[in-house]
Amino acid sequence: MSRPIALVMRAPGTNRDQDVALALDMAGAEPMIATAAEIIANPTLLSDARIMVVAGGFSYADALGAGRLLGHELASALGHEIRTHIGRGRPVIGICNGFQALVRAGLLPGGEIRGALGDNESGRFDCRWVRLVPVSQRCIWTAGLTDEIDCPIAHGEGRFACDDATLARLIADDRVALRYRPGPGGETANPNGSVADIAGVCDDTGLVLGLMPHPENHVMPRQHPMNGRRDGRHGAGLGLRLFEQGVRHAKER
Amino acid sequence: MTVHRLTISPIHPDPRASHLLAGIATLTHSNPGLGPDRVDVDDVIFFVGPLDATGRATLGDVLIDPVLQRGTWDLPTTPVGATVVEVAKLAGVTDPMADAATLLSHRLGLPVERTVVARRYTMHGLGDVEQRNSITCELLANDVIERWQADAIDVVATPVCDVAPVEFVTLRGLDDDGLATLNLERRMSLDHAELRVLQAHFETEGREPTDVEIETIAQTWSEHCSHKTFRAQLNGPDGATAVPLLKQLREATDSIDAPFVRSAFVGNAGIISFSPGRTLALKAETHNHPSAIEPFGGANTGVGGVIRDVMGAAHRPIAVTDILCFGPADHADPLPAGVHHPLRIRDGVVAGVADYGNKIGLPTVAGAVLYDPGYTANPLVFCGAIGSAPDAEIPSGPNAGDRVIVLGGRTGRDGLRGATFSSATMDASTGEVAGASVQIGDPIVEKLLIDLLDDIRHLYTAITDCGAGGLSSSVGEMAETVGADVELSVAPLKYPGLAPWEIWLSEAQERMVIAVAPGHVAAVEGHCAYHGVEMTDLGSFTGDGRLVVRMHGVVVLDLDTTFLHDGRPQRTMVYVPASPPREVGPVRVCDDPSATLLRLLAHPNIASKESVIRRYDHEIRGATVVRPLVGWNGDGPADGVVIAEPADTHGFAVGIGVNPWYGLHDPEWMAHAVVDEAIRNVVAVGADPSKIALLDNFSWGDPRRESTLGELLAAVEGCCAAALAHQAPFVSGKDSLNNEYVVASGERRSVPPTLVITAVAHVPDAGRSVTPDLKAVGNVLLLVGPTNADFAGSHFDMVERATDRPGRVSPPDAGAPARYAALHAAMQAGLVKACHDCSEGGMAVAVAEMCIGGGLGASIDTLPHRDTTVSWFAETAGRFVVEVAPDAVGEFTTCLGAEAIVIGEVRRERSLTIVGGEPISLDAVATAWRTTS
Repeated sequence: MSRPIALVMRAPGTNRDQDVALALDMAGAEPMIATAAEIIANPTLLSDARIMVVAGGFSYADALGAGRLLGHELASALGHEIRTHIGRGRPVIGICNGFQALVRAGLLPGGEIRGALGDNESGRFDCRWVRLVPVSQRCIWTAGLTDEIDCPIAHGEGRFACDDATLARLIADDRVALRYRPGPGGETANPNGSVADIAGVCDDTGLVLGLMPHPENHVMPRQHPMNGRRDGRHGAGLGLRLFEQGVRHAKER
Repeated sequence: MTVHRLTISPIHPDPRASHLLAGIATLTHSNPGLGPDRVDVDDVIFFVGPLDATGRATLGDVLIDPVLQRGTWDLPTTPVGATVVEVAKLAGVTDPMADAATLLSHRLGLPVERTVVARRYTMHGLGDVEQRNSITCELLANDVIERWQADAIDVVATPVCDVAPVEFVTLRGLDDDGLATLNLERRMSLDHAELRVLQAHFETEGREPTDVEIETIAQTWSEHCSHKTFRAQLNGPDGATAVPLLKQLREATDSIDAPFVRSAFVGNAGIISFSPGRTLALKAETHNHPSAIEPFGGANTGVGGVIRDVMGAAHRPIAVTDILCFGPADHADPLPAGVHHPLRIRDGVVAGVADYGNKIGLPTVAGAVLYDPGYTANPLVFCGAIGSAPDAEIPSGPNAGDRVIVLGGRTGRDGLRGATFSSATMDASTGEVAGASVQIGDPIVEKLLIDLLDDIRHLYTAITDCGAGGLSSSVGEMAETVGADVELSVAPLKYPGLAPWEIWLSEAQERMVIAVAPGHVAAVEGHCAYHGVEMTDLGSFTGDGRLVVRMHGVVVLDLDTTFLHDGRPQRTMVYVPASPPREVGPVRVCDDPSATLLRLLAHPNIASKESVIRRYDHEIRGATVVRPLVGWNGDGPADGVVIAEPADTHGFAVGIGVNPWYGLHDPEWMAHAVVDEAIRNVVAVGADPSKIALLDNFSWGDPRRESTLGELLAAVEGCCAAALAHQAPFVSGKDSLNNEYVVASGERRSVPPTLVITAVAHVPDAGRSVTPDLKAVGNVLLLVGPTNADFAGSHFDMVERATDRPGRVSPPDAGAPARYAALHAAMQAGLVKACHDCSEGGMAVAVAEMCIGGGLGASIDTLPHRDTTVSWFAETAGRFVVEVAPDAVGEFTTCLGAEAIVIGEVRRERSLTIVGGEPISLDAVATAWRTTS
């Protein structure tokens, strides 16, 4: 099929919608940015889309806690439509604030399992590059990815938290999609104190991925901070690969 | 009305509480043991309205995350031995959390009229009431925007005031004393000549002015809006005169006549174009006084304001810069009344910049953080913004008949004599509607405005932002030639009860004014509805050259726009020329240069700023190619930054130059050196030195002091000389004067002469950008540019000892422009592996920083000067340390000629060895540099 439509959802305060739209475009999708209000008023925007994306930012200023108001909006006004989308085997990705909103909406980790994204252990907003290991073979976004991914984080509330039983279940079910690992300098792998170095998790269908880092900000080698050091030959580790996986899956369905 | 109180507490260890405890420890460090041994911080939300148990449960489900939090609808009891303080915003202060809680309540269909939010601090093991009050006033609450109560805060009603009528002000018959009294009463800050012109004008009109007119004129003629000092006629001793300062800067730009300048010193921002099809708008501002009294809000609205300047130039903002000057973090002496500790100011300012930039979705890239005792009472906050637009016509309106449209936030008493209003509201039980003199910004509203303006670019004929002076200056400026007739009663208000002059002058944030042809108003309305931006049609641009303002149809202001904008008499000011000693400095002796180098690296002005930089998102938009932190581990020092849109090969670099310590010795050569530094920073990353635009920002003391004005004049002359030498035009600037503080003894303390230069330059190939971190063992290190005994204002003198005869500041260097062009050619040829400019701390610090960034050692075997101390630490401008592959050294030196000398090489050993000193391990170098204060 031709380029599948990727619906990029934004709310007041969303600010990485253009960045993720570029990544989706480069990955072979047809990105379409719409506000949550627009989608609620016209749910066919979602039913026509092959991929649903909740972009990063500070929806509603994150004033009541990151992603809370948008998460409530997703659950209360679009819950049925989103479940239908997933039921048709179509992928969903929530990045940073999008991850926070999907967790608040109960879509991640999903089912009976509860997790949360709390304040970074440092108590500070933190912007730095991290290295991610794709782990899950259940998650359609990471399955088959062999290369590690380098990309930045930029968040203040990214500490993934859950109880021990939930963690055991997530690991047993292969739903830990991405983990932080030590960077080239051997620095601490985990930038925010997430349990088990978790950077991203998926739901039990493997279709819904949420992650704190921003793979959409590493879609070309020049964006990498080490690009000059590698004489421009740096190519592996692009965040773009993640989007290519999602788009490939959307095309196959 | 019933009030329901929800208290939300964290379950996990709370970093907010531990940061607070650390802050208290700093505050009470002279009296250890007096502070609390534990603090709990909770959030409190008050819902005003008749909620039942079901409604409360519904709210609790959304607001309390059971994994992270627990909540209670009961008033928590105070633990035994604990002290509780609750803090809430004053009524009328922007509070996104309360807005969101109200929005949520309404979405849930609950009968909530409004919400109030507070923070609850439970301090365990605190000494006494005095301790509580001191900690609360120093750290927990700022009475400029907040109120507090022990144990539990009350929710107070928002009273409705009667609308104050328009008042007439009597000018007729007033003598000089009478005018002076009026000037003070109305806080007009006008001088005698100006007051006389004002009086004569209304005499001619045959009537008395309204308070709206008086306030409007005082605002338009203020130093802030009309730059009286920079436009003043300058008289020196013995009949000497000097060209007005602004004219000097403009004439320098005109004489350079750079083809890439589209608009300089006009409107909200300078506009340049480095590549076909695209223009950039550049602007830098100061927000010094607001940041001193409310650090978070002051810096927050400073960033918001300068971003709107770029929007007001019809550009989409794409990057933010910040240069921050604070008192020493370890300041231990008692502070003057009303002055916050430098640490509190720093924490608040950094949080304020981060909050606005991160939330609006712009990378905060280039910047600097400076510490000096001269900034303790007067911190300086410089915020800059860069915007991008398709290379279309700059809107040329407004045209007669266009509508006056206000977009964005609602109007309150924000920024209006806030101190007067809030003085009655400090008592938490009264709760009058307060106008905070400093506001908290709302970056989400401004983000919506950015997106809206992108969509309606073709629908407006003129645009400007609402900054200082509010509608009076935005509508007033747009109406400058055409005239306007507006109705204030339709302006959407935050709360009722504003007098006409308050609506007209309010500095409520996040508003823009556009001029729209009547036929396009409906289309603009549609876009506003889509983006969720409030829009108000205030009236029309008339074409008759008069500015008319009405309240419910009654005229409250009727002024000739020519008088308003050009009627102010030119100020005449007297200066004494600066006459700095410019002797070649006495020899500095340094027994152990390696130890001195480590002290320099640990100096707060040189040491790593990572703890600040990490709190800013510098990655968003995916266009950041060279970051403010670079190197093998992403935490080494950088020079300039490079921004390039993902789809473009080319981009632009941003560099900053600032050095107040040179300014104390020699303001003219300081200015030259600072322009040179900004230019070095962009050249070092690969920018084209023939395509550089500059911004100037002066923060100075009181220019009515003749010596201070003489120093300002010298600095402007230095700026112009440097701009001409480098053929780098100024395109915009801003001056902030009177940065002084009167201590109890009556002594005036001024900030050191602080000139911030921002250079924005074309990078022809962003993929060829160069960073300062060393790249490979065996590569050769060269020093580019001559080294002399320039030590006045140097950091060497700061960490060693000040001498009575400091000598000279680095003088203008006629060879610099050709040197930079040659270096750029070498970079374009791919010959340069790393490049770092020499600034504070001289060559030794530059080499050490390259080692830190690269995680590699270096050996410097050849000194550039016969004197060891000069070679290591002199701060001669115009120099770079460059890393070149061994096989490219010949070609590089052919490019640079005698300007480059080989000084050493990159080594595998993890140490830095410079001839004349002991080897230092790389770990010691990095540890010193990573010292955080």
